[in-house]
Amino acid sequence: MARGDVVIVGAAETDEVGVLPGHSTLRLHVEGARNAVADAGLRMSDIDGIASVSAPGPIQVAHTLGIKPRWIDGTGVGGTSFLLHVRHAVAAIRAGHATTVLITHGESGRSQVGSARGALPASSPNAQFEAPYGVLGPPTMFTIPLLRYMKEFGLTAEQLAYVPVAQRKWAARNPRARYREPITVEDVLDSRMISYPLHLLECCLVTDGGGALVITSADRAGDLPQPPVHILGTGETFESPLISQMEDFTTSAAFRRSSAEAFAEAGITHGDVDHLMIYDAFAHVPIYGLEDMGFVGRGEAGAFIAEGNTEPGGRLPLNTNGGGLSYTHTGMYGMFLIQESVRQLRGQAAAQVPGVEISVAQGNGGMFTAAGTLVLSNRTP
Amino acid sequence: MSARAKPAPVPTPETQPYFDAAAEGELKIQRCLDCGKPFFYPRPCCPFCASDALEWITASGRGTLYSYTINHRPAPGFEQDAPYAIAVVQLSEGPRMMANIVGIENTPDNLVLDMDVEVTFEKRGDVTIPQFRPAGREAI
Repeated sequence: MARGDVVIVGAAETDEVGVLPGHSTLRLHVEGARNAVADAGLRMSDIDGIASVSAPGPIQVAHTLGIKPRWIDGTGVGGTSFLLHVRHAVAAIRAGHATTVLITHGESGRSQVGSARGALPASSPNAQFEAPYGVLGPPTMFTIPLLRYMKEFGLTAEQLAYVPVAQRKWAARNPRARYREPITVEDVLDSRMISYPLHLLECCLVTDGGGALVITSADRAGDLPQPPVHILGTGETFESPLISQMEDFTTSAAFRRSSAEAFAEAGITHGDVDHLMIYDAFAHVPIYGLEDMGFVGRGEAGAFIAEGNTEPGGRLPLNTNGGGLSYTHTGMYGMFLIQESVRQLRGQAAAQVPGVEISVAQGNGGMFTAAGTLVLSNRTP
Repeated sequence: MSARAKPAPVPTPETQPYFDAAAEGELKIQRCLDCGKPFFYPRPCCPFCASDALEWITASGRGTLYSYTINHRPAPGFEQDAPYAIAVVQLSEGPRMMANIVGIENTPDNLVLDMDVEVTFEKRGDVTIPQFRPAGREAI
């Protein structure tokens, strides 16, 4: 086996993303899967490995599509799960456990058609030691570490508010983005308070949609229509299932560990990265990501973004589809990170960055709980 | 229609001593007998060395405000409280735990990071949970 010997040959989203009350969760999976397999120039019968997140999960998805897999991965660690599926697929293909893997995501996050709304088991530590204090979903938990970060590093409300402003500039170039109108820092700070210190425009969208990927070995990719995207390095880890038990509220240990492993395996440095995707469920997450991945020093990311480095024309294009803040966010957004990285590496993105050779996708799952990182390239090393 | 109740935790055998102590007005946390470190949340083994030789110790109940958010979209049962802070308190013993900050209006001006807080207790159905209030205030 050699670095980059497993490739992404198919990548597609559902025909539309946004508000799709006519689509069940299962249909979103199926639509993304059919589009991705067609994009790869393959037939469903070529697929012998399946990965997805419950519910409906890999078995229901495979059964619906008529796939008879000899490899199944149901890893479900929140929105970053699909990055872990890619990593696991690399190992499976190298081991000979599968030749061609399909990874699917579909989520009726907004319309809630046939979706699973999981309640925590009453005996879980989350239910006993956090739920009694009035937490209600990611806006009330993912946000808790931020004030500590702001105090430690002096991040201003204006710098934080600039994160969605910068990403809206990318969304303006993407016809599929839900929100495309330019916004200002004042617009962000004037928007409704959701969970102090975060305003509405600093929180991700809630949408319906899906997408899928087809992964195979580089030697099988030669006859296929799309330029292959080589998987150079991957990482996965978790820190704490309870937000209150993060070791240090100013830094994500999961981001640090998963990205360091992916960079080391890929043999790249930060200067090699032409394009970056960081899961932006809330405005502060790209700030943590930039620092914890090592692109900037501790406490520097707010100024780095506010100075324009991550927006169109900047030296580190970040979240070029508009991100979860402006493009789409179904709930488990990680699939859309990978889709945009693939588009950029193929030269097919709506807001195409010139000359992208290495793209990195950084996902998080269950808020700051889990993390996955992919280093992708359109060239072999 | 009556208002919904705030969630009451359902203890498990390994967390029951914590809730029993809270009902008696004490904050108890676990400490590892092998490596000596205290930790929170209650669990069947030490997160530092995986030992199952554990003891319960009574915490001082003093701590500082480590971080928080002020939630404007209340969870069921919290409708009368919104906006309310969901905080993480740094206990003087070292571990951190989630809590609400009671006995003070939950505004950014009132809730200053690193302010001293102390434990108080709140009944939730048949269970009692620890809460925190600014240090030196009267019990609620």
